[in-house]
Amino acid sequence: MNALLNIIKNFPRYLWSGWGAVSSIFLFITLWEFGFQQYGELVLPSPKNTFHTLWTMLHTDNIMQDVLITVKRAIWGFVISAGLGSFLGMLAGLFVTASIMSRPIITILMGMPPIAWIVLAMIWFGTGDNTVIFTVVVASFPIVFVGALQGSRTLEGDLKDMSDSFKAPLLMKFTDVYFPHIFSYIFPAWIAALGMSWKIVVMAELLSTPDGIGAALAVTRSHLDTAGALALVTIMIGFLLFIEYVFMEPIKREVEQWRD
Amino acid sequence: MAGLDAELHVQHLSHSFGPHEILRDISFSLKEGRVISVVGPSGGGKTTLLHLCAGFLDVEEGKVTNTFNKHAFAFQETRLLPWQTTLDNIAFGLKAQGMKKQQRYQLATEIALRFGLEKKDLSKFPKDLSGGMRQRVSFARALVIEPQLLFLDEPFSALDIGLKQELQQILIQLISAGRLTVFFITHDLMEAIKLSDQIIVLDVDPGRVAHTFTIEKPQQERDDAYVYAETAKLLANPVIIKTFELSIASSRNKSDNGVTA
Repeated sequence: MNALLNIIKNFPRYLWSGWGAVSSIFLFITLWEFGFQQYGELVLPSPKNTFHTLWTMLHTDNIMQDVLITVKRAIWGFVISAGLGSFLGMLAGLFVTASIMSRPIITILMGMPPIAWIVLAMIWFGTGDNTVIFTVVVASFPIVFVGALQGSRTLEGDLKDMSDSFKAPLLMKFTDVYFPHIFSYIFPAWIAALGMSWKIVVMAELLSTPDGIGAALAVTRSHLDTAGALALVTIMIGFLLFIEYVFMEPIKREVEQWRD
Repeated sequence: MAGLDAELHVQHLSHSFGPHEILRDISFSLKEGRVISVVGPSGGGKTTLLHLCAGFLDVEEGKVTNTFNKHAFAFQETRLLPWQTTLDNIAFGLKAQGMKKQQRYQLATEIALRFGLEKKDLSKFPKDLSGGMRQRVSFARALVIEPQLLFLDEPFSALDIGLKQELQQILIQLISAGRLTVFFITHDLMEAIKLSDQIIVLDVDPGRVAHTFTIEKPQQERDDAYVYAETAKLLANPVIIKTFELSIASSRNKSDNGVTA
C-alpha cells in the first residue's frame, strides 16, 4: 500500500524526467523524415503522412476493435506465461535435480524460432485466438521461468540462518526474506516477457488470424499501403511505450530502490 | 524475565563434516550473566561450535542444552536484508515475535538513536550505510529484542577502533547490569580479555579445548592497562604460543629487542 502511494507521489517527478526520452524520440522522427526525403513516399512515408493516416485510422471503429483484440491476446499470453513461468521456475529452483533437468529444455524452447511454433500451433489449434495465445506463451514462458529459477536458486542461506536466529515464522520468512529476493529476479523477467509477448502477438496474428493488428498489417501489405503499415506499427510501439514507461518503470523504480 | 538458573550447557560435543572431524569432545557451561569467548586460530571450528550452540546446525554427538528463553545472534557480515530500511531491519526480530508495527518501530527508533544512528538513517537501505553503520544496525537488531543470551560471531573484526570501543562499552553496560549473557568467538585476544569471564582456547585439527582461562575482575574495572598486561601474559602462555603457533613471532620480537606484546 505504501509502495503504491510512493509510486503515485513520485509519478509527476518521474514524468518530468522523461523529457530526455521525448527528445530522443523526436530525434528518431527527424531521421525518419530524412529517410523519407531520400527514398520517397512508397519506401518510407513521411512521419507527417504516417501520423495523418494513424489519425484517420483511429477514427474508424474497426481499428480500435483490432487493437483491443490484439491487446487482449497479448495480455492473456503474458499473464499465462508469467503465472506459469513464475510458479514452475520457483518450484524447479527449490530442487537441484529439477533445475539441472530443466536447463536443456529451456534452451530448446528458447532456441526454437517462434515462427516454427506458429506453424505447429496452426496445425494444432487452427486459426484463431488459441494459436496466437499459445505462441505468445511458448515464447515468453522460458524468459520468466529462467528468471524465477535463478531467483529461487540464489536464495542465500545466510539470510535464512539470520531469520531462523530470530525465530521468524514461516509466513514472515516468505514475505520478508524469500519473496523480495525472488521478486527482484522475476520482475525484470516479466518486463522482458511483456516486450516479447507484444512482438510475438503481431507476428502470430499476421500469419494465423483474420482479425487483430497483425491481420490489419497483412492487409496493408497486400495493398502496398506503407503509410498504413507504419501507422499500425506506431500504434503497437505507442502501446508498448505506454505500458513499459507509465506502468512498469515506476513500479520497478519503487520496488528496486534498494539495489545499488 | 529470566530464571536465575538459565544456562547454556555443552557436554562432550563432537562434530564432523563428512570425513573431516571439526570438533572433538567440547564441554563447558555458560551461566546467566556471564561471558564466555572462544579464541583460536582460523579454521579451528569456532564458527561450527557457535552454530551448534545457536541451533543452526544439528548436534550429532554430545549434547547442547540451552535453557535461556530468548537468544539473539549478531553476525560478522551483518546479514541485513538489503531490501528493507534500517528501521525495518532493526525491527525484524520484534516483528518475528508478532509485535505491532507502531510499537516495534518505536522501540527500533529508540535503540537506533542510542546506537549512534541518526533519524535520517532510519529510512535508508543498507546499501546507503557505511560498514560501521551496518554493524550498528546489526547490533541494534540483536539487542532490541532484549535477548538473555547473545551469540556473537567476530562482530568487531571489521570495525574501526572507535566504533569497536563504543559497541563493546554498550555490551559491558548490559552485562554489568546483569541483563545479558554472551557467548562469542573471536581471534582477538585483547577483545576476549576485555569482555569475557572465561576464555576457551580452541586448538585446531580437530577443534578441541586446549585450555580455559578465567578472569575474575569485573568487566567495568578492566581498563586499558589491565587489558594490555593480561594480553601480554596470555601471549607468553605456552598453551597460547602452541595453539597460535607463535614461536616464530615471539623469538623474532626478542631478537629485535622491541616491545613484546
